[in-house]
Amino acid sequence: MLSAYLIQLADNALILGHRNSEWTGHGPVLEQDIALSNIALDLIGQSRNLYQLAASRMNTLSPEKEPVTEDDLAYLREAPDFKNVVLLEQPNGDWAKTILRQFYFSRFQLLQFRDLLNSKDADLAAIAEKSIKEIRYHVKWSSEWVCRLGDGTTESHTRMLNALEELNPLVAELFTTTDYELAAATGGWGTDPASLQPDWLQAVNATLQTATLPLYRDEKKPALLLSGKNGFHSEHLGFILAEMQFLQRAYPGCDW
Amino acid sequence: MEKISSENWPLWEVFIRTRQGLDHKHAGSLHAADAQMALENARDVYTRRNEGISIWVVESKYIHASSPEEAASFFDPANDKVYRYPTFYQLPDELKNI
Amino acid sequence: MPSHEQIFEDKIEREVRIEPKDWMPEDYRKLLIRQMSQHAHSEIVGMLPEGNWITRAPSLRRKATLIAKVQDEAGHGLYLYSATETLGITREETIDQLLSGKAKYSSIFNYPTLTWADIGAIGWLVDGAAIMNQVPLCRASFGPYARAMIRICKEESFHQRQGFEILLTLSRGSEAQKHMCQDAIDRWWWPAVMMFGPADESSPHSQKSMQWKIKRFSNDELRQKFIDVCAEQVKVLGMKLPDSKLQWNEETQHYDFGEINWEEFWNVVNGNGPCNKERLAARKKAHEDGAWVREAAAAYAAKKNHSSEIR
Repeated sequence: MLSAYLIQLADNALILGHRNSEWTGHGPVLEQDIALSNIALDLIGQSRNLYQLAASRMNTLSPEKEPVTEDDLAYLREAPDFKNVVLLEQPNGDWAKTILRQFYFSRFQLLQFRDLLNSKDADLAAIAEKSIKEIRYHVKWSSEWVCRLGDGTTESHTRMLNALEELNPLVAELFTTTDYELAAATGGWGTDPASLQPDWLQAVNATLQTATLPLYRDEKKPALLLSGKNGFHSEHLGFILAEMQFLQRAYPGCDW
Repeated sequence: MEKISSENWPLWEVFIRTRQGLDHKHAGSLHAADAQMALENARDVYTRRNEGISIWVVESKYIHASSPEEAASFFDPANDKVYRYPTFYQLPDELKNI
Repeated sequence: MPSHEQIFEDKIEREVRIEPKDWMPEDYRKLLIRQMSQHAHSEIVGMLPEGNWITRAPSLRRKATLIAKVQDEAGHGLYLYSATETLGITREETIDQLLSGKAKYSSIFNYPTLTWADIGAIGWLVDGAAIMNQVPLCRASFGPYARAMIRICKEESFHQRQGFEILLTLSRGSEAQKHMCQDAIDRWWWPAVMMFGPADESSPHSQKSMQWKIKRFSNDELRQKFIDVCAEQVKVLGMKLPDSKLQWNEETQHYDFGEINWEEFWNVVNGNGPCNKERLAARKKAHEDGAWVREAAAAYAAKKNHSSEIR
């Protein structure tokens, strides 16, 4: 259960980092290209720390099996084994959608990792401590952009409205508790995401209000049948993995 | 507002303090729409390898520079003010701690 | 009193750096703008062939280093655009010249990256050639250029190492990996050799640039140095450079090498390389798609400024 929980955290970071890195070389202005690449690097760094921890826990649990590495976890699992939320595997769309996705997730991740600072698992707590500095910056950066776009020009405002419409239905999954998250919360090493929802809502709406955008309304029922956290993904993930895993799949057992 | 300037962000100069106790030093420049963005861009562009612990940014248009044409009248007069240096003053060798 | 020209030439002679506000001949300014902006464009266009492997990098470590590397190139482009702006041309003007096809960039980036080994070959050969070119530019007579180059060279040193490491890993891997490695070297070698530009006798800008101490070594001198270094390094990989005439010459103490295909070189320079259109189209798309973002941020900043003035 712990490894499932760690892998969920890692998958979120990897998939969003991967999506952000698709912007590298194509950003709206050089300075922001660099900024988003930095965030991609932070997230991929987080995913590596988490995969490594998951791998070491798995290897301790099953010493008889061939040891697992971070790359096995990232490159040799199938889409249904991935546990990232569906929100993060969405195509980048325009800068507005990318910004809003980052903002929603970073706001969530900040609360989640703040709780993880107190994890009973000292290694996970250490990763949280390292990551939270990065996440704070991601929150700041993305919130500022939400305001710039929401309260910028008519066009940018409209684009933000479109982004809200596309992404809002995918938010509820962040706060839907899975079995392994419940176990992690009960065991004292993880956090129940449902408990983070009120704080998230307040923080997000404060920014949306400043940005002159419509507030996020809590839809009690997830409007979505998909559940990335349980491996039930949108079709987008398959394409991400086809690209990401292609070398490892085409040339099995090689060092790179 | 005309089209051209509406998408062009102003130029900013970046100054970085590399270590506690040192001065901020000019590192380079970049474009940003506002001061907050300029600071963040400066962080991403000029301190990717731990080059700094503090950043100043200032819009380039607010920097006034002395002109090279006037350099002679501007700086040369300081050349002959030798009395500004401690070595100008002749004192006996036996005088210590001064 | 000495004339502007005399003062300028005297500074060049005495290795005193020229700074943006100093008087300089119009041709010097033009040559610098041309060379520096070309250099900046090369960094930015150079992000594309490697960037398209970020999503396919075969391990998390490789993925992170490749993002960091391509991001560095964005940074280097930015340093160089900034340095160019001190000559009185805005970044927008410079970028417009690139997007309209008026300005050139290094032809090497018009070649396609077909396999993962290409990322290694680019790091080793293309960055290797770039470093060879750039190190002497740290002493260029124009201050902002020299300072940008110092920063770039400092950062660039990891690029070549990561490239060589990729090739080294492949060269010690499976048969398929070894083949991938040799194939990439075969495809990138000659374009890398051509990166030093046309032969000295057909490089008019080069002479002027050396006279003004922007460049310190001629194209052919640098090319020879590069070939000498690579001919040795390739042995560590257990691979071959695709040149049957490559041979150590005791007399000259340099490697002799085969004929360069200048027809191919000029073809690529003049827009007929394998990926010229794709590269420019990608840059145009990023620029055009980004216009509304840049406008929004500017409009927002203007609003905030306005409201703080009222307060």
